Amino acid sequence: MQSTAHDFKGNVGAALADPNLQDSLGKLKVGFSERRRQAAERLPEFEALRDRARDIKNHALANLDFYLEEFERKVTALGGQVHWAPTAEDARRIIGELCRSIGARTVAKSKSMVAEEIALNDHLEALGIAPIETDLGEYIIQLRREPPSHIIAPAVHLTKDQVADTFLEHHGKLGFTKRLTERNDLVAEARHILRQKFLDADVGLTGANFLVAETGSSMLITNEGNADLSNTLPRMHIVLASIEKVIPTLEDAAVLLRVLARSATGQESSSYTTLNTGPKRAGDLDGPEQYHVVILDNGRSSVLGTEMQDMLRCIRCGACMNHCPVYGAIGGHAYGWVYPGPIGAVLTPQLVGLEEASNLPNASTFCGRCESVCPVRIPLPSLMRHWREREFERHLTPKAVRQGLALWGFLARRPRLYRRMTALANRLLGLFGRANGRYGSLPLAGGWTRFRDFPAPEPGGTFHAQWQRRRQ
Amino acid sequence: MAPLQEIRAAANLPGVSKSPSCSGAPPRRVALFVTCLVDLFRPSVGFAAVKLLEEAGCSVEVPPLQVCCGQPAYNSGDRVTTRDIARQVIDAFESYDAVVAPSGSCGAMLSHHYPGLFDDDPAMKARAERLAGRSYELISFLVDVLGVTRVTARYAGVATYHDSCSGLRELGVKRQPRRLLGSVAGLRMSEMTSPEVCCGFGGTFCVKYPDISNAMVSEKTADIAATGADTLLAGDLGCLMNMAGKLQRDGSAVRVRHIAEVLADMGDNASIGEPVRGTG
Repeated sequence: MQSTAHDFKGNVGAALADPNLQDSLGKLKVGFSERRRQAAERLPEFEALRDRARDIKNHALANLDFYLEEFERKVTALGGQVHWAPTAEDARRIIGELCRSIGARTVAKSKSMVAEEIALNDHLEALGIAPIETDLGEYIIQLRREPPSHIIAPAVHLTKDQVADTFLEHHGKLGFTKRLTERNDLVAEARHILRQKFLDADVGLTGANFLVAETGSSMLITNEGNADLSNTLPRMHIVLASIEKVIPTLEDAAVLLRVLARSATGQESSSYTTLNTGPKRAGDLDGPEQYHVVILDNGRSSVLGTEMQDMLRCIRCGACMNHCPVYGAIGGHAYGWVYPGPIGAVLTPQLVGLEEASNLPNASTFCGRCESVCPVRIPLPSLMRHWREREFERHLTPKAVRQGLALWGFLARRPRLYRRMTALANRLLGLFGRANGRYGSLPLAGGWTRFRDFPAPEPGGTFHAQWQRRRQ
Repeated sequence: MAPLQEIRAAANLPGVSKSPSCSGAPPRRVALFVTCLVDLFRPSVGFAAVKLLEEAGCSVEVPPLQVCCGQPAYNSGDRVTTRDIARQVIDAFESYDAVVAPSGSCGAMLSHHYPGLFDDDPAMKARAERLAGRSYELISFLVDVLGVTRVTARYAGVATYHDSCSGLRELGVKRQPRRLLGSVAGLRMSEMTSPEVCCGFGGTFCVKYPDISNAMVSEKTADIAATGADTLLAGDLGCLMNMAGKLQRDGSAVRVRHIAEVLADMGDNASIGEPVRGTG
């Protein structure tokens, strides 16, 4: 996917002016966070589980080479094959070759953010292979040729009416010519159309929530069961996952599952939890003949051992964006690449470069709500701040910000001079603003006064001036 | 850190009700960290803080060589300047029993972020940690450390309280302000639907991303309006100026004050952004 993160401010303007998006976001903000809160309250050990989940991921990351190799050994022993993809291009090439090796014409895909990250659909289409998204949300945005706007609810930016229009436009040629208005009818129509596509698909491609090293299994959770159809019906199953998805044991997976669904949707567990362990065995009634796991690095390993490593704990629940007031205001597309919200603000600079994505870690008030709900306790504000530090060190910080900061820093290091300057500022701001109590516009403060009045200081001078007078 | 935490634990024992005085211990030598916004825009908040601390039995001093906690540099990624400022604050404040700021954001900067600035300087880190262990946000200091359970103040009106982010999430300031507000004569509280959601201030954020900030503060002011309150209170002046500025731009009559002003019975002066009677 081509990043537009460099035009973040332009994207924000469009998002704020989009009434359908704002309508959808209004619902999302209340729904997800309330359901997560209730789910967490129902489980007394939820906070302790978050600690354990964090520790499991930390342990896996500290021993990532070991567990990845163990996973590969297990998959190989089961008759499957692991493919290592250092870059997005490698992953695309490997998957393309696998599909061609069996003359595949269609690929049934269940939702995979890593597939978005490597822009797999475009690549498959270029090879003449049709990728079919089978997650309902992904299916909708595929019809609309839009990227996902949320990592677990890819079409959350759309209203029901928009979906109805999209279906009417695309399903008409298949004989579905009635515009549907009921949610259930829309789902039923998509389900009907997708069913035949599952049966026709040559390859099933899924992501993975976890790769379990001790068993060589890939674990997937969905609410629609589409992943199960994608990985059992076609002849070949390709799992696409990034390196940090590996965890040591099934016990660990059990802990992570308990925090994942609760954090994501407020469910105790998702409707379907599926373990794929190798290809069809002799005597199995169904299952793929070939089982491949493509494991992508794409710059992640360079984060290991640095102050940024914590970002790799992410289990992609989406709680950070569900609770983020910035995401709630602008939605996912404004972030300009695959991963939106607070985790996107941390991952994107790593995956597409800080120059491209420097706005993302800056566009946060550090309100900390993301960190307070993250099931694996990723210190998202601290990581965003680390990006700002790297930006500053590399002189990428905008010139005006740098100059303002330099002037302020000069004064702040000289308390006596600072005191004189603030006394002056206090007098000037008071002089012109006191009659109204506030300013409607103020030089150099356009960012503030475009939308807000600026309060004038109280009369009587600065606190320090008054304090000194009182003490004398 | 340990001794104050013990005091804090003792002060929190259920059933213990304390009069507004220091919790049995001798009056504490408290340094007021005024904060740069209070110094420049709202000195009343500083005087209200002094009054509340003195009424609780503390002796309050205002170290003269204080400027800012360093957050503008810290949150802009300028570590060098942040460390210089932190060193300055540590020099000026480390000799006091406690450092108290009428701000959760500045308080958290001292108590939660300073030590991490000196990971490569063990001597400074030790000093930063000592300071961190005795640095507090005003309202939680009054309630949790000094054991204050009520104030003698009067305020006629209906107020809603916004939980500023750093105080809430880094320092656990939530029930303390509500508890003390509950003792203000004449005051009725009306909660917002989402008092814990950020107002969109975020320091330099509000001018770097004014569109997003405006969307956030608009949602906040709608929530405030829905409470029917005539007064908005919070514990951080930055958030208050942001919300006051938006309310006033929209023509709202809601008055905006720092919680310390109301608790210190100083709630009859001009509110934030309100014209001062008899001047101008």
